[in-house]
This record gives sequence, C-alpha cells and structure tokens, in this order.
Amino acid sequence: MSQIFAYITQKDGVLDDSAAELAMATAKIEADTQVTAVVTGAGSSLDAACQAAAGIYPKVWKFDNAELAYPDAEMIRKLLINVVPAGSIFLLAHDTFGMDLGPGLAVKLKAAYVADVVGIEAVEANKAILVRQEYAGMAHTHVNCDFSGGAVLTLRPGTFQAGEGGGVGGQVQDKSGEIKDLSTKRRFVEVVQAETGDVDITKADVLVSIGRGIEDQENIELADELAEAMGTVVSCSRPIVDAKWLEKTRQVGTSGKTVKPKVYMALGISGSFQHMGGLKGSPFIVAVNKNPKAPIFQVADVGIVEDILEFMPELTEKIQEG
Amino acid sequence: MEDTMNILVCVKRVPDTAENEIQIKPDGTDIEQDDLVYSVNEWDNYAVEEAIQIREKVGGTVTVVTVGGEEAEEVLRREMAMGADNGILASDGAFEGSDGCGIATVLKAEVEKGKYDLVLTGAQADDGAGQVGGMLAAMLDWPYASLVNMIEVQGNEQLKVGREIEGGDQEVSEIEMPCVLSIQTGINEPRYVGIRGIRKVASVEIPVLSATDLGVAADLVGAAGAKVKRVDYFIPELGAGAEILEGSLEEKIDKLIEMLKAKGGIK
Repeated sequence: MSQIFAYITQKDGVLDDSAAELAMATAKIEADTQVTAVVTGAGSSLDAACQAAAGIYPKVWKFDNAELAYPDAEMIRKLLINVVPAGSIFLLAHDTFGMDLGPGLAVKLKAAYVADVVGIEAVEANKAILVRQEYAGMAHTHVNCDFSGGAVLTLRPGTFQAGEGGGVGGQVQDKSGEIKDLSTKRRFVEVVQAETGDVDITKADVLVSIGRGIEDQENIELADELAEAMGTVVSCSRPIVDAKWLEKTRQVGTSGKTVKPKVYMALGISGSFQHMGGLKGSPFIVAVNKNPKAPIFQVADVGIVEDILEFMPELTEKIQEG
Repeated sequence: MEDTMNILVCVKRVPDTAENEIQIKPDGTDIEQDDLVYSVNEWDNYAVEEAIQIREKVGGTVTVVTVGGEEAEEVLRREMAMGADNGILASDGAFEGSDGCGIATVLKAEVEKGKYDLVLTGAQADDGAGQVGGMLAAMLDWPYASLVNMIEVQGNEQLKVGREIEGGDQEVSEIEMPCVLSIQTGINEPRYVGIRGIRKVASVEIPVLSATDLGVAADLVGAAGAKVKRVDYFIPELGAGAEILEGSLEEKIDKLIEMLKAKGGIK
C-alpha cells in the first residue's frame, strides 16, 4: 500500500478540528499503514502544532521556514510536490485552503483527485469507492477513484467524527532541510478581517434566518416583522448576500458568521453544508421549506412544508395575538 | 498606458437547481432528466461579468468556452448576450465521461492555442467539485487563486486579488499574469440578459472544436483517461430527520408556537 499523508491545518500552534477528522479517515483507508502528518509553519507555534499532531499521528513531518508563517496554498503546493513521494495518498480538509491547494497538487503529483468526500466505503489495492454529494446535498453519488497513481482527497469538515485520540506518541521529524526554493508567482499580502455590522447575529438567542425561498427583496419585510415579533433579528444564507439584499454581516455559514442561538428558524433555506457549518451549539432548528426534499429537513428538529411567504405573516400574526 | 487583456472564461451548462427538484432515477444511473431546466452554472455568470468589467476598464476581449455537446451552445450564447465577444464550443465524443482532469486537459489545449492573459472559471458548480481551474493552472504552470471575490488590475503584469476565506475574511495577494482565477459568487452583480440581447447574438457563428482541432490525445480525456468515475446516484439512509408537522397552515403554526414557547423561541 502507498504511503498516506494528512496535511494539518494549524493557527498559532492550535490544530484545526480537521486534524483529528483526517486521522479517522486515514484509518478507513488503511488501518495498518503508519500515516504521516505534514505540518508547516514557523517558529514556536509550529513546534506546538507538531507536538499536538504527534498526539494523533504516529509520524509528523515538520517544515519550519519564515516564508511558511502564513499558509499560502501556492507556496505549500510547491513545497509538497518536492517532498511527497509519487503514488502517495494525500488527504486534506475541504476548506478554502484545501480547495486552493488540492486540484493543482493532484495534477503535479499525477494523482487522482476527489474533492469534498463525505464517506469512504471500500478500499482495495488500487481503487476506492468514495461518497460525494451533488446539487447542494440533494443527490449522493458513489465515486470510483483509481488509486494506482496515488490520490489527493479533500474531506468535508465535520463529516468524519474524530475519535478520542491522544496518546499516540508520534515521532516529529524535522524535514525543514528539504525545503527548496519557495518563490511563487502569487505573493500573500494580508488578511482583511470581515466587517462587523450594526446588527450582531452572533449574540442572538433566536434567529429568523432566510434563504432563496424569500424570492424577492421586498419580501424581506415579512422576515423583519416576524423577527420583531420574536424579539430578535434576521440572518440569512449566502444567496441573499450575493443578491445584495442583506449585508454580509447577516450571513450564517462557513464563509459568514458562526452563530450559537438556542432556536434557529431556517426559512426557505435548503441547508447546504457550508450554511450548516456556521451553526454551532446544537440549536433547536425549525425548517420551513416548500420543497419536502430539501436537505434542511434531515438536520432540523421540526419541519414544516409550506411556502415561507405564506407562513411568515401567519406566524407573525399569531405571535402578536399572544 | 495599460495593455489590453484577452480573457478566457470557462463556463458549464448545468441543471438549474433553483428551478428543479433533483430526483434520482430508480436504477441510480442518473438524475431524472425529464422536465429538467438547464442553465449556465451560477458561479460562471459572476466570472463572465467580472471579465466584461475588466474589459470595460482596460480594453481587450472576452471569450467564453465550454466543453460539452451541441446543447451546450445555448449557454455560450447567453454569456455572449451578456457581452462576451467570442464563444468556443469544445465538442467531441472523445470528451464524454471526462473527469475534472480530462476537462482541464481540453481547456489547456484551447488556452495554448489562444493568447490569453487571464483565465476565469466559476469557483464551483452544483454538480462539480471546484477543481477544473486549479488543475488547469497546474497544467499550464500558471499561478492560481480560488474563491476570488475581488480583482484589481495593477499595470500590465499583475493583479491584486482577494480570496474569500473562512468567516468571511479576505486573503489578499498579488498574482502575476497570465494566471487562472476561480470566481466566487457575490464579487459583482451579473447584468441582466433580456430577450433582445439573446436575439442579437442568435446568428453569431460559434466555432466547434474537436479533439483533433485542439490537438488533444483521445486517451488523456473522456472515460478512457478518467481516474475518477461516478458509479451511481443513491439516496442515503439517514436518521429520522425532522418531525414534520401536518395539518392546515393554522394547525401547523399552533403546534409550532407551543414548541417555540417550550424552547424559549417565544417569550
């Protein structure tokens, strides 16, 4: 069996949740193979990250270089294609870094590429059957991936449940000496922090959240009225922000705000994983959607199959009546 | 004085999920195609709009390309009605069953035939994996940035780009041209395409390029060259899911209000 690697995302020495999730996934690919964690960065925060990774992985490769202080995918790809042997299985999280790094890495390693894997069903000598989703989770597919020339897989965050972990006592190997030229034609400048708006949805105990089902900007008024009746504010999913109907600061999701309400009203929201990724703390989720097959009904506590444009004014009125 | 820019935008015809309920055929071989409404991939509209806006600033051309059957021509025409100057349809039986790498191989051939300064793709498609742009860049040895939500032209050789990263933060970089960028929704407001716009481009000739025209080796593309193949569609066994409230709208709302009171949603 080929060598298996997992790229570890870390910030200031703290591992991302995906570090443990990738370890779970590698066990499904080949339980007996020693998996190598690849950790990049600079200085003492990198050392801390490597120590943490050694608690989950039997082998850790450390790449320490001032140039690697910020995880720039173009630069890290250039590093990896020099140090990862041909034919390897390489795993990384399907986050904005993994999406930037993965496809080009697969091409450069002459490996197969499967993105956003949500399940690993069967692995044989030279192939694997993987599970993906299409159409925002409305269809699942089995995918046959040829492993004979190696593979790069990105795994959906939160899908592979992390085990207890800890106590593996892995070896950290300093591979910094193998770093060659890291210059790229894309140069990192800065990270601009997301704006904080006048309405802070992250503090709300109850959220009235709207998606595509709102259909028109004028209908947002209906959501505002419901939110007012419930003593809270309106949040939304990505399409509402793309349409410029609400500010980006109102968006719940991996590319928006992470919220922890007690009650979450998902109105006309299909429930993509990027949206659900912004919802933490196990709220009581009410889903209202006219499509009974909307994925949101799989994760909600209570579902109502109705057009939100009819549902919202009715609910507002009933609440106001007390 | 800035040089003009020749921009290639890669687009894709996909089932419109806003218009359709996606149903899986009982045998799992495909999704139900009857009554499916197809349109251009949502992300691609933002890519074409961005290309047009860059051309309006610095001059040059915008070419849209797609890989597909003859039915894919309609999406090229739609993007030309938006304002793209040229359309190219890469179409050949040999391309059928291509994985992302196969599609990128076809597009690479077109990029090498033309003289492009910038290649844009949508960041992803509803039936895809967000992979073609990154693969194309690697094949060309061009720099790449994904999930781009800001582009600023800086002189003849460089762009300043922003990538949308977790939490809505923006990773800003400088990137040399030629380069490949995948475009995130929300970067702009794609212009409306009316019937008149579509009519204006209805008779414009769109060249159809075969594997031979493009100089693509048949064994690198299509099902023959694919390392990744979809086996089937299926409906997963899921947990119980939501408790679905039944009855009239009024009855449902009464039940819901009781629940919301219990959970603290209504004080």
